[in-house]
Amino acid sequence: MSKPKHAKKSVAGEWWMAIRRDRKATAGSIILAVFVLMGIFGPMLAGNPHDLVGIPLQPPSTEHWLGTTGQGQDVFAQLLAGTRISLMIGFGVGLTVVLVGALVGVTAGYFGGRVDAILSMFFNVFLVIPGLPLAIVIAAYLPSGSFTLAFVLVVTGWAWNARVLRSQTLAQSKRDYVAAARVAGETKFRIISREILPTMTSLLVSQVIGSTVYAIGAQVGLEFLGLGDVAAITWGTILYWAQNDSALLTGAWWTFAPTGLAVALVGFGLTMLNSGFDEITNPRLRLERAWRVHLFGLGMAPGRSTPVVMDNE
Amino acid sequence: MSEPILEIRDLSVEYVTEQGPVRAIDNLSMDVRRGEILGIAGESGSGKTTLAKALMRILPPPAVITRGSVLYEGRDILRMEEPELRSMRWKDIAMVFQSAMDALNPVIPVGEQIVDTLLAHGTHTPGEARARAAELLELVGISTDRLDSFAHQLSGGMRQRVGIALGLALEPSILILDEPTTALDVIVEREILERIRDLQRKLGFAVMFITHDLARMLQVSDRVAVFYAARLAEIGPASVIKESPRHPYTAGLLRAFPSVQPGEVDPVSIPGSPPSLRQPPAGCRFHPRCGIAVERCGKEEPGPIEIGPGHESICHLPE
Repeated sequence: MSKPKHAKKSVAGEWWMAIRRDRKATAGSIILAVFVLMGIFGPMLAGNPHDLVGIPLQPPSTEHWLGTTGQGQDVFAQLLAGTRISLMIGFGVGLTVVLVGALVGVTAGYFGGRVDAILSMFFNVFLVIPGLPLAIVIAAYLPSGSFTLAFVLVVTGWAWNARVLRSQTLAQSKRDYVAAARVAGETKFRIISREILPTMTSLLVSQVIGSTVYAIGAQVGLEFLGLGDVAAITWGTILYWAQNDSALLTGAWWTFAPTGLAVALVGFGLTMLNSGFDEITNPRLRLERAWRVHLFGLGMAPGRSTPVVMDNE
Repeated sequence: MSEPILEIRDLSVEYVTEQGPVRAIDNLSMDVRRGEILGIAGESGSGKTTLAKALMRILPPPAVITRGSVLYEGRDILRMEEPELRSMRWKDIAMVFQSAMDALNPVIPVGEQIVDTLLAHGTHTPGEARARAAELLELVGISTDRLDSFAHQLSGGMRQRVGIALGLALEPSILILDEPTTALDVIVEREILERIRDLQRKLGFAVMFITHDLARMLQVSDRVAVFYAARLAEIGPASVIKESPRHPYTAGLLRAFPSVQPGEVDPVSIPGSPPSLRQPPAGCRFHPRCGIAVERCGKEEPGPIEIGPGHESICHLPE
């Protein structure tokens, strides 16, 4: 059988193309890819991060690339081990938060009435509770560990997504194309999943990315305060121990600077990637971009009025 | 014949796409004359609305004007800077948009929207503006107690008349009507067109009336310009073109309308469909669909041929 002429390009392929078109998104995805590879393969290459391998607080050397901690552990091995856990929690929480938010928000927005009233009340309550203090309180009571931390971040993070997705669904479900789908006999599930949700793709993606940045930051913050499992090795506990060993006073910058930089870089990479996704899901923006690039190539800045570019043939 | 108020020369407009530019208006030259009703006809995608918006420089991205000049009272709109454009728009050239529902703000009373327009150009004090808004509503046949109505409280026809009142607020010398009656039924359409005619006679502004309904346009306009695939096909007095079109495309369009007169021939449609502007046919763009095309039509671009006073056909073989 021959290939159909108008074969649809795969979604993943199209996204990849769009990421490559956008320089910011390309930079973001390269940064992220480096950290993901570090998280996957790093711990296999470096030694056991718990091992006491040398004299405490040695500056970076050829033997210990990023020096040693106050206990005499290898900082580089710890950084790699921490990358895996921190990224797993970050992405896990980011996805879960949006999934829960979408489930609650879209249900509330689409079904309306009493369902909406009850669900809205529920997430409004979560919204008025300040997130980080609540997270600290819950984390202090539950047995410390990575799973607890993830749970706490999901509980305090989903409501905002639910609320945004509810109003989007509310606006979309009043549109004629939804009425047409209803008349055509599509099931409620199909209308929600195939008609309404795709209109929010860029929103969902940016929520996942935003929530992941939040989760990584909050997780590192909570662990830094000692609210995680201080025996585990994550980016947060690395900073916790660095602080405990008075790294700033002793000038042992290598115990905290690489980890701090890693947190900042991952957040930066995710944010850069986010900017590319708007264009992926909105073809109009892609055209506008081509237009801006064209004008820029002619040494002009896009203004409010239609630009005039004389091509004296 | 009155003097031209707007002189369009060699105007080209392109849309930038990822596959390269697409020319939506190709080397267009024509005039709009003081106080006339100029009808612009053509199929969807022939460049009518692009032209209207290009004249006001309000085409959204990814449009770029690549060629030509548009002289309004001796000033070239294509060379104007932002402040000059802002004062030109609406005061000199105003526009009535296709969808009155979308052009009116749903949460601001219509009277206030007219007042806002007047105040934005600094021509009236707030007190005068309110009185002027009432006057404008009356002008288009809407009772002044509708000043505080919202758009959704008005019928489609009334909304479009508010759109016209808005367009006339600053007494422009040119009013562009972009398919103003497409969303309305024929009775309301007729009422609106008659209203425009009356106002135009009373106030003396020029009208550029864009539509795909050639028959309606011939009734209303003084002159008619027919567009095909980003180019002008024929331009001339409405009465002349109605009786004896001299471009095969115009003739085809006129034959395609059913007649209500007894004994007249059945409508005949033009075969084929308009070309892609990405790869327009060489030579005359109409030749693949033209019944009388000869070899030359596929090779050479036709130039304007003067047929009568003010009547030009862009065709090698003006029938």
